[in-house]
Amino acid sequence: MDNTRKEWLLNALMALALFGVPLWALMANEPFIITLATRIAILAIAAVGLNIALGLGGMVSFGHALYLGLGGYVAGIAAHHAFNGTPILAGIPGTNQMLVIWAIAMVLSGAIAAIVGALSLRTSGIFFIMITLAFAQMGFFFTLSWPAYGGEDGLPIFVRNQFPGLNTARPWDLFLISYGVLMVALVIFAMLRAARFGAALMAIRQNPDRAAAIGISPFGIKLVGFILSGMITGLAGAMMADLTRFVSPAMMAWTMSGELIVIIILGGVGRLFGPVAGAAILVGFEVFFGGLTEHWKLWLGLVLLAVVLFARGGLIGLIAGRAQNG
Amino acid sequence: MADPVLDLRGLSRAFGALKATDDVSLTLMPGETHALIGPNGAGKSTLMGLVSGKIAPDAGEVWLEGQNITGLSVAKRAALGLGRSFQVSSLIPEYSAQRNVMLALQARQGHSYRFLKPVMRDRGLRDTARAILARVGLDARASVEAAVLSHGERRLLEIAVALALKPRCFLLDEPMAGLGSEGTARLVSFLQNLKDEAPILLVEHDMDAVFRLADRISVLVYGRIIATGTVDEIRANAQVRAVYLGEETPA
Repeated sequence: MDNTRKEWLLNALMALALFGVPLWALMANEPFIITLATRIAILAIAAVGLNIALGLGGMVSFGHALYLGLGGYVAGIAAHHAFNGTPILAGIPGTNQMLVIWAIAMVLSGAIAAIVGALSLRTSGIFFIMITLAFAQMGFFFTLSWPAYGGEDGLPIFVRNQFPGLNTARPWDLFLISYGVLMVALVIFAMLRAARFGAALMAIRQNPDRAAAIGISPFGIKLVGFILSGMITGLAGAMMADLTRFVSPAMMAWTMSGELIVIIILGGVGRLFGPVAGAAILVGFEVFFGGLTEHWKLWLGLVLLAVVLFARGGLIGLIAGRAQNG
Repeated sequence: MADPVLDLRGLSRAFGALKATDDVSLTLMPGETHALIGPNGAGKSTLMGLVSGKIAPDAGEVWLEGQNITGLSVAKRAALGLGRSFQVSSLIPEYSAQRNVMLALQARQGHSYRFLKPVMRDRGLRDTARAILARVGLDARASVEAAVLSHGERRLLEIAVALALKPRCFLLDEPMAGLGSEGTARLVSFLQNLKDEAPILLVEHDMDAVFRLADRISVLVYGRIIATGTVDEIRANAQVRAVYLGEETPA
């Protein structure tokens, strides 16, 4: 069996498991497991976003928590005003409709990513990492010192936002929404990667001079990739806020940016299902080892070290071998 | 006389006190192969950088088909028809030979902002890429990753990528570098026909190859062109002989 086949089979298994386990939990009346699966799905969506920038374009953004937090605050602020019946700004009402919130979260995240990208993509390497981090820290401290929406205490969402036809208060319904969005995000990632845009973006990651010499300007392609990346992570942020019914500056903390990178490295950089595998590993560690010891992150760190040293392709690379780019 | 395809006018570029390129003017006429030779450190690489856009000149201009392209980026110049190959093979390592050529075709069409249709299902791109690989004799290696190809095959793939761009002129930076005598002979016979498609500005160390391919030769020493002429004129030029047969020898 060649590697491409293996990877597709592995992907199908993971998609099935991520659906099957919570379905079993639904029958067995284990809502906690359903919520865990939802958390995996939403973290995976956030990481799919980062995977466009980092995996396809080689842009190591250490500030993607900014978009996660932006999405989270869009959901929180909209719900806050919908709940209180007060306008957000002169006459603009809040909303408790997820679809509207998602659209706003994506547009806002995309706009901010455009600004951050336009400035930071003029650099590369360590400077790029530091500039993206700096922008995320600006967002972090802004929300921390912004009293209108809770400041450092964060902002609770008293009633979960609504989705047409489903009852979002039920864990299973929220899982279905998250799973569905994750699948759509994965399809978008796969399409981008296979299309001319992906061909150009991956080529720029490997050899920007060559790309320029055949007439593909690296800056524009990378910027578009960065914007799409931020939009998807922003969407995940809005969903994350609804899952936990709470947003706080912690969503924009640099540790969150690091967590997203860790997810991708554990799962497999640039691999379609890398974010899913990585998010499952991270949440799995948190639950199982977190129950045994407070210091579960130490063990996660050791696993990360092992992956970086011995299995550069992450879990997917370990099982399905190297990526085939045709 | 026809207008030159590529016209370098008084290009200069210094790095500190070193004048790497010193008031270089040179034309590339339609249908010709113009070779640029010179001993190591003569400034050939800097000049190639100035033409391709990688290096900005301190003074002087680069014109392509009557258009001043001096201020344009590498990518813009390439899109206008400057097809360069690299001295050290510079390909997309994880892409197969075929995908390397397909990327060049895609770039030539100017359609990289397409987000839906899978590249590998684009028959037009695939078949054209195959045909170009066949021209340079790499069709049997089409699905091999560039990183895995042999040195000689990578040199050929460099040429195939340049071909795919259908450029207005070729900029070939030491295409024979590191090739054995057999590989060089094959490439020379291929390049002899290439100039019918577009004129070639050829930087090359291999003197036999240069004398067989070039219609005109310019000799670069210490950043200056000391002579331009036909093969026979350059061979007979006393100054050139002094440079090449005297105290300095070509590598």
